[in-house]
Amino acid sequence: MSTANEIRQTFFQECDELLEALDDGLCEIDEGIADESFDLETVNAVFRAVHSIKGGAAAFGLDALVHFAHQFETVLDVMRAGELTPNDDVMKVCHRAADHLSDLVAAGRDNEIVEGDLGTEIAAKLSGLVVGSESAKPDNDTESETFGFVPLGLPIPTNTDDEDQELALNRFCVRFTPSAGLYTSGNDTSLLFRELAELGELEVTAETDRLPDLKNVDPGESYLSWVVILLTEESEQSLREVFEFVDGLCELQINLDLDATMPEGSPDATKDVDDEAQASSGVAAEESDSPTMVAASSPDSGTERAKPATGPKATVRVNLDLVDRLINMVGELVINQAVLTQCIKDAGLLDRGELSTSLAEFRNLARDIQESVMAIRAQSVKPLFQRMARIVREASELSGKDADFLTEGETTEVDKTIIERLVDPLTHMIRNAVDHGLEPPEQRRAAGKAETGHVKLTAAHRSGRVLIEVSDDGAGINREKVFQIAVEKGLIPGDSILKDAEIDNLLFLPGFSTAKEVSNLSGRGVGMDVVRSAIQKLGGRVSIFSQPGKGTTMSISLPLTLAVLDGMVVDVAGQTMVVPITAIVETLRPKAEDIHPLGADNQVVSVRNKLVPVIDLGVVFGHRRTPAPISDMVLLLVESDGSESWALAVDQIFDQRQVVIKGLETNYGHVPGVAAATILGDGNIALIIDPEETAHRSGPVADVGDRARLEEV
Amino acid sequence: MTIKVLAIDDSRTIREMLRHTLTQGGFEVHVAEDGIDGMEKLPQVAPDVVITDINMPRMDGFGVINAIRAEAEFAGMPILVLTTESAQDLKERARNSGATGWIVKPFDDGKLIGTIRRITVA
Repeated sequence: MSTANEIRQTFFQECDELLEALDDGLCEIDEGIADESFDLETVNAVFRAVHSIKGGAAAFGLDALVHFAHQFETVLDVMRAGELTPNDDVMKVCHRAADHLSDLVAAGRDNEIVEGDLGTEIAAKLSGLVVGSESAKPDNDTESETFGFVPLGLPIPTNTDDEDQELALNRFCVRFTPSAGLYTSGNDTSLLFRELAELGELEVTAETDRLPDLKNVDPGESYLSWVVILLTEESEQSLREVFEFVDGLCELQINLDLDATMPEGSPDATKDVDDEAQASSGVAAEESDSPTMVAASSPDSGTERAKPATGPKATVRVNLDLVDRLINMVGELVINQAVLTQCIKDAGLLDRGELSTSLAEFRNLARDIQESVMAIRAQSVKPLFQRMARIVREASELSGKDADFLTEGETTEVDKTIIERLVDPLTHMIRNAVDHGLEPPEQRRAAGKAETGHVKLTAAHRSGRVLIEVSDDGAGINREKVFQIAVEKGLIPGDSILKDAEIDNLLFLPGFSTAKEVSNLSGRGVGMDVVRSAIQKLGGRVSIFSQPGKGTTMSISLPLTLAVLDGMVVDVAGQTMVVPITAIVETLRPKAEDIHPLGADNQVVSVRNKLVPVIDLGVVFGHRRTPAPISDMVLLLVESDGSESWALAVDQIFDQRQVVIKGLETNYGHVPGVAAATILGDGNIALIIDPEETAHRSGPVADVGDRARLEEV
Repeated sequence: MTIKVLAIDDSRTIREMLRHTLTQGGFEVHVAEDGIDGMEKLPQVAPDVVITDINMPRMDGFGVINAIRAEAEFAGMPILVLTTESAQDLKERARNSGATGWIVKPFDDGKLIGTIRRITVA
């Protein structure tokens, strides 16, 4: 990849961060409106974010982005100047502008063009906000000038005035009287002469008339002036450009000299000129010392750059591949540690005090390292939530329903990959919440609710998993309608008797869609079944809970990481397998009287008066043909989020430990009932089973009927 | 001798671009992400020229210029202001606070290098 591309990538990465900062800032301003407080620094930060996007975009020739960012920036600049007070209406426009800016960035990244009039519409609203404001900057053409980013190798561009084409030699006479300010601004007369010399043949004469006796010399003062004769093909314009930075810091006369005589300025005239120049640069001269006054710095000035108390958090940017490699290697380390322990145990050395202490320490360290490394991949869900805020805004606009968006637990950290893969399902759920969940305003009013609906998104850590909930305060699921549709679509028999929760879960069946007319928002041919399978792929589950008239809550429960898992290592017909601990509710050795046959081959076990189907893992995975006698086995009671239970029968339990997840899907493919594999301490490979999928896959549960399938959530 | 440049800009993109362009142009490049960071790095880097953005958190470009000019050791340091604002009043303000010159973003690589060469003693 070329460097230009890398920098381009950096730009878009930075844009993402800036857009996040922008959203943050806008939300903070929103909150400020509610408390009637106004934090100028927040507005400044918001301004800087847009400004930086504009700056970078200009370098890559993203004209549309530059143009829009400029318009947005203008509004923020006016706000910054205190001439525009943020209120709800102003902020609404700002939020939409931020959304559009984000679209333009995305379009820039993909080399696409944002179509439609949305940009024009928002731009018009933006300019509407600054009408009549004094600090509204006029559009500056220079700023929207674009330069493609060209890798180096360009010659220094020469000035291209028409006069340049004249080949005749011009003889310029330049009278140049620097003021003290010229020196204090870091300019240097010798460098100016050097540059002039590049234009042609140069003859420099210093005028020293005003130089006082040494004892009267003020080192901060400028006493010299110069007369320069330049023979060049260049125009006067080129000469003036040499003096671009010192314009106003010196007296400059440039004459195209037709006579060959050197001008002689009278000493008096020179003095006047010098005074004038000094006066015009008075500020600079007063504020700073002359370069020649090396030792004389005022003690006060040093303290001017006092550091603010709070600095940014120190961070390093690391390529994600490196982190993943590290995680993988730490995984190997953990496995290796287990192998080592096994070897030492086999060698009968484990009872040596020191050795076992060291081993235990090693194990703890390996685990700590692993946790720390995993933490690197963990990210807060905040950017994800911010994206969802936008989805709510768009959905409420399109559906004509007012919706407030509330979030909780934004700082909750989850593995980066999980966050990335949550975007689509969550987007769909949020859209659903606004589009199908919330009622139209008039209906809400009739029901005695506030016209503005609420959509809430929360995240929290719950016993080693992450729980994300999307809830709305809408009408709740219309169960009659759902049931009717499910029957119409042939998903369930018309005479089914279903519990409320079961009806709610019908929404997750493939091919189910309640929207009578496909709306612009949710009805995109993607049903909740797609949401469910996306979540399941992440090792998560989704469930739904609805109260008529009060609203609907959808909960997603996810693992914290995709790399390790606490598992129970079990023996299944001589094969070692791992069952995720999180799925296991309890383990039991059944008494003979608790086991009841169901049909020819199937059995159920009575657990506290509840009948639970028994599934022999050995049969499911084909390690034996017929179920082993259950009384000889250990049962692992597993429960789905839909509160369906199964008892997985295994031959014995070996151990409970953390295992490193090794995906099968990349190298092999998906095996129903198998979540992944792992490498055990003895170097053998064990399959990690997915209890729910295993249960659904096995015969007995399927025979119990569709009901179980419906609760498969 | 290689000219040392300290480039101060809060935008990572601009920092990367400056680093790339100036390194290609034969300069030794150091970067800082805001005024405070820049002033911390200034004594260690001891650059031949400072390039600074104007709009930055914590300490802006004017703050940088004032702080540099206040240090006797760096009082004559050439300082270029890098800004998207090509407005005359900003140039004026930058110069009044002691900037040596300015570069308007987006910059042309050749012009940027030319400008630095122009105000530094190689």
